[in-house]
Amino acid sequence: MTEPLIFERSVSGRRGYRLSPSDVPTCSITQLLPQDQRRTEVLPLPELSELDVVRHFTRISQLNFSVDTHCYPLGSCTMKYNPKLNDRVAAMPAFAWLHPFQPADQLQGILRLLYELEQLLCAITGMSAFTLQPAAGAQGELTGLKIIAAYHRRKRRRRSIILIPDSAHGTNPASAALAGFQVVQLKSGMDGLIDTQELRARLNSNVAALMLTNPNTLGLFERQIKSICALMHERDALVYMDGANMNALLGIARPGELGVDLLQLNLHKTFSTPHGGGGPGAGPVGVTRSLERFLPLPRVRRVGKRWVWTEHSEASIGRVHGFYGNIGVLIRAYIYIRTLGREGLSRAGCHAVVNANYLKKKLQDIFPVAFPQACMHEFVLSLKSLKAQGLTAWDVAKRLLDYGFYAPTVYFPLIVDEALMIEPTETESKETLDELAEALRKIACEAKEDPQLVSRAPHRMAVGRLDEVKAAREPDLRWNPASVPTAVAH
Amino acid sequence: MQFPEELRYTTTHEWIKLQGTEAVVGITAHAQQELRDIVFIELPKVGTVVKQAAAVAVIESVKAAFDIYAPVSGTIKRVNEAVTGSPQRVNQDCYGVGWLFAIEPSDSQEFSRLLSVEAYRQKLQAETH
Repeated sequence: MTEPLIFERSVSGRRGYRLSPSDVPTCSITQLLPQDQRRTEVLPLPELSELDVVRHFTRISQLNFSVDTHCYPLGSCTMKYNPKLNDRVAAMPAFAWLHPFQPADQLQGILRLLYELEQLLCAITGMSAFTLQPAAGAQGELTGLKIIAAYHRRKRRRRSIILIPDSAHGTNPASAALAGFQVVQLKSGMDGLIDTQELRARLNSNVAALMLTNPNTLGLFERQIKSICALMHERDALVYMDGANMNALLGIARPGELGVDLLQLNLHKTFSTPHGGGGPGAGPVGVTRSLERFLPLPRVRRVGKRWVWTEHSEASIGRVHGFYGNIGVLIRAYIYIRTLGREGLSRAGCHAVVNANYLKKKLQDIFPVAFPQACMHEFVLSLKSLKAQGLTAWDVAKRLLDYGFYAPTVYFPLIVDEALMIEPTETESKETLDELAEALRKIACEAKEDPQLVSRAPHRMAVGRLDEVKAAREPDLRWNPASVPTAVAH
Repeated sequence: MQFPEELRYTTTHEWIKLQGTEAVVGITAHAQQELRDIVFIELPKVGTVVKQAAAVAVIESVKAAFDIYAPVSGTIKRVNEAVTGSPQRVNQDCYGVGWLFAIEPSDSQEFSRLLSVEAYRQKLQAETH
């Protein structure tokens, strides 16, 4: 690494600031804290000047690939631009300095915002109610599955199976297993969509729900969605839609009208709040009227001209997050929706689809598209032809970094051999899409003429090919001081 | 790529070998090559009763996570603890020290319906075309 850890830059005794002498009486730590709560070892914090710290973090930020610096066509992740206005509003003292323990009459502004965000998400999706609590898409999935379990429990029956197509998001089976369900996978048809014959064959009285991603991870819209939902409802089984790909449907289709019973939205994807590097995210869950009573508590309710917390509901699955979720993320999503408005959101959805289809058309002569029909917001290329040169999708992804593009998703979905999954989003310009297509065309030529150039990429990054195997087998996750002084005088 | 004659194979790329009353299971050379470097293996508990084609183990590689299916129904008698500590054994020697678990089959009919080496080779050929 070209930049050492901040601990390694530490020089004993160096200070950023020197505090003026205390003008209030002081007392010893031994008088303030009982012995079992006092640290006996020295805490080896790094000692640096302010300038050292600023340079360290500035340099690290410059090593980074981010939406603010590079096109980030990471399939399934919707890495659209996050407008700075959203950050400015979320950082306003009236939001940033609130405390969740303040009484509701001091929180009217934020409660109103949360209430209105719920209404807006209902209008966009056609659902009847939302909880904004879940802190990520996968937590939204788990919340949804708990609601599905509660629904069947309420009807005094045990249903243990969740059907999940092999084109669904990878988190779906994990969430279902975590919620205590048994997962049964549905094999996609030749067209990459749910095979209704297969669905019928797997459907029985032990199926609690179908959990599908629409558009699916191949970037294809499930055209049979209405009849699929009807088929499930005949058996009183529910339809959960993973709404992580909602960007493609904005202003075009409302899942609630298609027959979906519940879904999660990934605000950090479709609604332009920052993500990557571990969040924070937000995965609100929307439900139909008949499932509303199972939603987590507390919820925000409007009483006349006031907004209050609802703390009680006999059927609720309970709390899924401390306080009320990642409020800063919710504020950003609210501002995004209000800035774009109904027309702006529809245009965002349409442009996301147009951009993906434009790029697919430019690339399909270079690498075969796994499913050639018109796509929604993303598409999947198969790079298996490169095996002849001893190259993989992985190598192409690494080489793209040299051309100034973040690597697309590789090896997902699993049903496509040597998959490269590309999602440009609506915020990339035609010029950028042309540059990305040109970069992939050049890499395809390099693969034929000089395969080693590709297999050893990246060449222009701060680091080359990382040892992913060693990283996974022997993770080195924290700085270990070589020698920490053992005792400290109180 | 090597596919020993004496083994039986599944369409999901496991091999199985009868040894007395138990059957030893692992993944094929083809599966090992497709998965690339394996970094994590989760094996079933000894004593677990499994059904044919049920997911019983998980292999995670630098590419993705994959389920390993039971080639036959039965009871898990032994698991290869050595591969959970050093998953690279499966990459290095998938038919030898990289075996995964042993099942005591409960239905001898199932075994005879598994793929022979010729049938498995034909399946691989069909997949790559």
